[in-house]
Order: sequence, then structure tokens, then C-alpha cells
Amino acid sequence: MILRRQRLVLGVWLALLLACALVIARTRFVSDLSAFMPKAPSARQQLLVDQFQYGIIGRLIMIGIEGGNATGRARLSQELASRLRRTGIFLGVQNGDSATERRDREYFFDNRYLLSPHVTPALFTVKGLHAAIKNSIDELSGDTGLLIKKLFARDPTGETLRLIGQFGGSSEPRSLHGAWASRDGRRAVLLAYTRAPGTNIGAQARAIRTIRQTFGQLPGRQADSRVVMSGTGVFAVRSRNTIQGQVTRLAGASLLLVIFLLLLVYRSPLLLALGLLPVLSGALVGIAAVSLKFGQVHGLTLAFGTTLIGEAVDYSIYFYLQRAGQLNPGHFWRTIWLGVTTSIAGFAPLLFSGFPGLAQLGVYSICGLIAAALVTRHVLPALVPTQLKLRDLSRPGFVLDRILDLATRLRWLPLLLALAAAGAVFAHTGKIWNRSLSALSPISRADQRLDQQLRSDLGAPDLRYMVAFSAASRQLALEGAEKAGQVLDGLVHRRMIAGFSSPAFVLPSRAEQRARQAAIPGARLAGKRLKQALAGLPVRFSSLQGFLSDLQAARTRKPLRRADLDGTSAALLVDSLLIHRASDWLVLMPLRPVDSSSETPLDVKRVQTPLQATGLKHIVVIDLLAESTSLFRNYRNEVLLLSELGCLVIIALLLAALRSASRTLRVVTPLACSVACVTAVLLQSGIQLTILHLVGLLLVVAIGSNYALFFESGAQATSPPERRRMQVSLVVANLTTVGSFGILGLSSIPVLSYIGTTVSLGAFLSLVFAAILSRGKAAQEPS
Amino acid sequence: MLAAPFARAQQAQLPQLMQLLAHRGSARATFVEKTYIGIIDRPLVSTGDLSFVAPDSLQKRTLTPKPESLVLRGNTLTVTQPGKRRIKVNLQEHPEIAAFVESIRGTLAGDLSALNKFYVLRLTGTMGKWRLVLIPKRQRLSRIFSRIRISGSHANINTIELDQHDGDHSVMVVTQVAASR
Repeated sequence: MILRRQRLVLGVWLALLLACALVIARTRFVSDLSAFMPKAPSARQQLLVDQFQYGIIGRLIMIGIEGGNATGRARLSQELASRLRRTGIFLGVQNGDSATERRDREYFFDNRYLLSPHVTPALFTVKGLHAAIKNSIDELSGDTGLLIKKLFARDPTGETLRLIGQFGGSSEPRSLHGAWASRDGRRAVLLAYTRAPGTNIGAQARAIRTIRQTFGQLPGRQADSRVVMSGTGVFAVRSRNTIQGQVTRLAGASLLLVIFLLLLVYRSPLLLALGLLPVLSGALVGIAAVSLKFGQVHGLTLAFGTTLIGEAVDYSIYFYLQRAGQLNPGHFWRTIWLGVTTSIAGFAPLLFSGFPGLAQLGVYSICGLIAAALVTRHVLPALVPTQLKLRDLSRPGFVLDRILDLATRLRWLPLLLALAAAGAVFAHTGKIWNRSLSALSPISRADQRLDQQLRSDLGAPDLRYMVAFSAASRQLALEGAEKAGQVLDGLVHRRMIAGFSSPAFVLPSRAEQRARQAAIPGARLAGKRLKQALAGLPVRFSSLQGFLSDLQAARTRKPLRRADLDGTSAALLVDSLLIHRASDWLVLMPLRPVDSSSETPLDVKRVQTPLQATGLKHIVVIDLLAESTSLFRNYRNEVLLLSELGCLVIIALLLAALRSASRTLRVVTPLACSVACVTAVLLQSGIQLTILHLVGLLLVVAIGSNYALFFESGAQATSPPERRRMQVSLVVANLTTVGSFGILGLSSIPVLSYIGTTVSLGAFLSLVFAAILSRGKAAQEPS
Repeated sequence: MLAAPFARAQQAQLPQLMQLLAHRGSARATFVEKTYIGIIDRPLVSTGDLSFVAPDSLQKRTLTPKPESLVLRGNTLTVTQPGKRRIKVNLQEHPEIAAFVESIRGTLAGDLSALNKFYVLRLTGTMGKWRLVLIPKRQRLSRIFSRIRISGSHANINTIELDQHDGDHSVMVVTQVAASR
């Protein structure tokens, strides 16, 4: 009978494992940054995500050349740029070379009558021409006259200069020996745009490799010449490599550590192998569950597999003790189930998190824990010999009991520490939270610093304020940008904003180009009006023939298309501000605030109201800084709320199971003390807390509650030898948890290291405090 | 040159002139500038004032026909035109502009080495009525202007003439306001 039942259980277990293995074999494992960045909850934040996914920002690689001397760097920059352009994997490579500058100038000059917003019927009246030409003549006598006089014969109304004036806000990088250089001149800088989108990490990795190899092959490098890179794609590739490299290493190290500890305690390969069964089953079920729920599994979720190892191994440790006949079975399983339930209550809040990565972690841990507990309860009994002979642990048990007895006298210590900790936390009021989302990014500080330097070297515009809207087609998008541009012009005039950028500056809509063409009078009329307009001006009609013929050419030519911009830097402006998404076009128009210091932020609402009157679809004005700050605050509040709920549920469960307020208090007090102490330690060592620290603290409660429960239940109902054995196993279990989370803490990926350090410290303190506080009563009883 | 012993007392010497200018320090003046441009039938006239604060600050303020200001301080040249964006130029990055600007500032400051860096110098006349001709050394510069002629009397500058490569030229007549030290 028993055998048949056991066979059935084993069959179900194996079938389940096989099913999980099948699911996992078909699972996509990802390791990009997105999972531990919050899901963008609002439409405006989705705009920003899209910009990275489809837009030019994701394709941008900033390159710096360091070492050697300035002329050498400029030469390397020219050579690198021209070789990279020939590879064909880049949409463009910019380094401030004279060829691109010339093409830019030519584009604006050749197309001035289609590009200039000044080209209206009014300009070509006698009065309009007279005023515009007189203005140009006055400018010729000024300090810039020398530079502009070449333009005058063909552009006497000054359209070219007016066009170039529109771009005053975007500060170009400084130029040194004919190539862009950093502010301090110690680095040559270039911009490369990959043909592949930023989301294609494989292609980004290839582009980065190409840049590195091409640079390595440049002739005449100095010994210390080197190339540095940054950008969204570079970050994505780097973090993928870091995550892939670390996940395997961390999981391997944790597993080795656990094996070592178990061997040390049991000295039996059989028990070790069996002891790992719940862990491995739990991991398989966890991964399969995440895969089924989310369609993919993040590499970081796998790294958290170590969290399961820590907890699930405990179950087999407790089980061996029970099987060796040293624990009361009914009592034992009750405690185990209570422990599992409180742990699940601790992980459950993660399921509701806006961070996909945390939600994955929640699913993984809960399914894994349940599976591990079930395997311990039903599968292990079928496999473990009924007469289990455990190594004699009574000697270390006695020693430990002695130490714990001494520790019990220190009951005042945890409370005192908690009090001091609370004081320390209070002293940090206002600076407890790290408000920047970048604190969660797996990019190292040094890399983030390099990114900032390169950005400022390249004079990348500050994109804090942006107008964004969507349109069904490219033409509608450009028309919308022109409409919004008119409103923004009014705001510039009223000095509410200092200026703005628009894709329509360099690529007007076809309708607008046609309107400008229609504003240009025919050859005879234009000649007649010009002749009249020149009355009283010191310019002869005959010297402006080039102007008249340019007008006629502009009047009848084909409108400009995106392809006409190829090879100019204006192409990149259009591509970065006019983004083709899956089903529509996204337009971005960065605004320049009057006061660029953040002290008097732009009143977004006052810009938004007149823009909404244009009737453009979903037009919004975004303050990126405010947006990301509020995003962080929302998520922090969300996690804070969920954590509090989790703690309340744990307390409720304990109350229900233990049926005693004082017993519950004895379980909860050490947990509270350890949470307070961990928080204080983190703050005192200069770490500002992130959402992940908060999650770590929640796990401390979830995991620590098991220790407290076992100590407490040991104190309630067991004989001294039983208690001693249980204490040894608790310490072993704790060491595995502290060790595996401690290994996570060593990771250079913030997400892992934040949770790792918090939990390993917290779990250890929970055990110590539980030993002191929850065990107290038993120690006082005579044995 | 062969009438040396007698002429030398009269003939202006470059080091001597430079020293005189260097010791003069700050100065203020008004100017009237006439620009002759081929395509424009008559000379364009602009007026304004100049001020030089030793050792390296120069300001040219144009009042008519269109107000604008040009301020040179150290290595930065700033051009401000009302209603337009301010243009800032780093002279180290723009050697042509630097050379042009240095011709006037170098003369006002009596900085012989700055002038020698960009120009071949030729001084004629007496200290009471001298004329300094600056011919650009570099080809990139001489493609824009062929020479600059500065005339003066002792430490005062009277005219600055610029001959452009394409035949256009300008003459600036400078009138000292008062020596301020």
C-alpha cells in the first residue's frame, strides 16, 4: 500500500520535472536592462521608452580617443571616422570634419527657400524685399560682414543666416585640429549611429567590436592611444555581458558553498545528493513557472536562484533530523508549513510590483518554495532510508547550546541595538532614499561618469523638457511639428521659453514646402519687384541676377525628402526628433528653458495649455527630471506599501498559527530588531536605500521568521537533546543562507548586490537575535 | 637706409614703438569705419567706440547703423547682436579669427611676439608719423586678406586699413578720447 502510494508520488514528481524541463528548454532567457527598470505606467513615460527602443538615442555610440597628443588624436579621429563610414554598419559617423560641415552649409544654402520660415508672400513684395535687403546691407558693415558678404549676391534677404540662427541652442563640441574634442582638449570625440536599432543587442555588440578592431588597426597610434565608448547600446551590451558572466559564476559559487557545508555536517554523499533534490526541483519548477507566466526569464532571476538554495536546503536539513527520529513529526511539519507560509507571505508582495524583474522573482520564489517543501514532504520520505543514521552532532550541539545559553543573558543587547539603530535611521531623515533610478542600473559608476563626460564633451542638448506627440504619417508628423512650432514661437516671443528644436526646421512638411514655393513670384514679376525694391539702396539690379535665378529654381523644384539630408548632421536631427514606431510616428521637440539652472523649473502646464489648443493627438509636455523623480517616488511608495502588507500578513499568520500574542511577539521582535539594525548599518556606511534594499528587508523578514519560529517552537515543546540538534541544523541552514546571499552581495550588479548584502546581514542578525530572544524561555527551564 | 647716421634719429624702430605702445596701457577712442564691398555701390559706414584695457581686453561697440558689440577677453571673442543669439568664439579653435583679432590687440598692447607669430611686419616713417604693415604669414589667412595697415603717431593709433584678398577693403579712422590709466 505504502509502496504503491510512494511509487505514484515519485511518478508524478518525475513527470512534473520532465514537463518543467521541456518548458525550460523552450524558454527565452534575456539579460537586458529593462527588467529592473520599472514598466512605464503612463503614456508620457511610454514615449520615452519608445524613444530608446526605436529612436536614434538607442543607436548612438559616443566614442572618445585618449592618449597621445592633440594633433595625433585629431588624425586618428579622421581616420577612424572614414574607416567606420566605409563599414556600412553605421548610419553616420560624426567627428566635426570639414566635409560634413561643408555639406551642412551647402544643404542650408541650396535649400534656403524651401527651409526658411521667412519665405512668405510678404517677403516678395516690393516693401518686403526692400526691408530684407536693407537689413542685410546693414549687417555687411558689422563685424560679421566679412563672413557673410559671399552670400549676399545670391541671398540678399539673408535666409541662410536666419536658418543657421535657428540652431543656436545646440552647442557644438569644440574643434581642435579639425576634429571634435572634449572641453579640456584631452580627448577627441566622435558620434556613431548604428544602422541596427538599439534593441538588437547582438548587432550593437558587433558595432562595438568593429569600432574597437578598426581603432586597433589604425596606423601611427601612440603607445598610450586608446578608445573609450558609451551610449545606450554600449550599456546594454556591457550589462548583458556582466549579467551573463556573473549569473553562472554566482549560482555555481553558491551551489559549491552549500555542498561544502552539507558535506561538512553530514559527511555523506547520499544525504548530500538527496538534500539537494528539493532545491533543484524547486529551481526547475520556479523557472518553468516564470517562463509560463512572463514568456521569458531574466538572467537576474536565475541569479536569485541562490535565494532558494538558501531556504530550500533548510527543509531537507530539518527533514533529516525528523527522520532520524529526533523531532516529533506532527510538530515538525506544522513548523515547516508555517515557515513556508510566512516566506510566501514575504515574497507575495513582489508579484504586484511594477518592476518585471521583481515580479519574476516573486513567482520564482513562491513556486520554487512550494515545490521544494512538497518534495521534502512527499518525495524525500520515499527515497531516504527509513533507518537514517545521522552523524553524531551532539558535541557541536553541546558547545552551541552553551554559547546560546550565554547569549540568552544578552537579552538587552538586541533591544539596545535596535534602539540605537532607530536613532541612526532618524538622524538620516530626509536622505534615506536614493532618488535616482540610475542607482539600479547595472552600469558601474565609472562607466556612468564616462557617459556623462562624453555627453557634455559632445554638447548633447539637455533634454529635460520636451514636447511630444504622435501622428499617423511622416507628413502629418511634420505638419504637426509646424503647428506646434507656431505656438512655441509665440512662447519664445513672450519669453516663457528660450527656444526649441523641431524636425521641421531641417525637413519641412511637403505642404509647407509647397506653400513656400507658391509664395515665390514668377521670373518677370520677381524681377520687376526687385528692381523697385532696390530704389534707394546701394546695390545694382544686375549684380543680383544669381538671386533671381535661384528663386526660380526653388519655385519649380521637387520638395525636399528625408533622403536629401543624407550625409549632413541635419539628418541625425530629424531622425532623433521624428521617430518611426510600429504603427505611427512620434515627434519630439526639446524645449530650452529661459533659466537653464534647475532652480526655477519651466511651468509645464503653461506650455501645455496653448499646445493642446492645436488639437494634436496626445500632445504632452514632459519634464523628464520631474517625471523620473515621481516615477521613483511612486515605485518606492508601492514597494513600501507592499512590504508593510507583507509584514502584516506574516504577523497575522503567526498569530493564527501560534494562537498567542506573547509567542508571536517573541517571533517578531528579533525580526524587527534585525531590520532596524540592517537599515542603520546601510545608512551609516553611506548607502542610500533603493527599492531593492526595501525588497531585501522584506526577504529578511520572510527568511528570518523561519529561524525565530524554530527557536520558538523548540523552546515550547522539545527535549534538550532534540533542541540541541535543532539548534545545530538551524545554524547550518543560516550559514547556507548567509553564504549564498553573501555571494550575491559581492556581485558588481547593483540589483544583486543590494539584495545580497541586505539579506545576508539581515538573516545572520535574525538568527542571532532569535537565538537570544525567541529561545530565552527554554534556556531558563532546568534541563 | 644708407643715410643712416642722420636718418636713424628720425626713423621709427619696431622695438621702440612696441615698447611705447606697451607702456601706454588702456585707451578709449571713437571710430568711423568705411567698408568698400564690390557688390555694394558706395562705402558702408559704421560708427562706434573702442576701448582697450591692458593687457588683453578689447571692446568694439558699433552704434550705427546696427548696434552690436564685439568683446575680446583673453582667448574668447564674443559678438552680441541685439535680438540675436550671442556668438562665442574660442580663439584657439579658430586660428584665422585669432590672427585677425591679434593684429589689432597685439598692436595696442605692443606685443611684438604675438604679431610676429602671424605676420611679417614692416614699419616705415617716423615715431611722430609711423605706418605699420602686417602681411599674413600663413596661406589660409592670406586667402582672406592680403594686408593690414596701421598708421599712428607715437602711442596713438590713427587708422586701421584692411585689404581683403578679393579687392574689398575697409578703413577705420580712430579718434582718441582720453588716455585713461
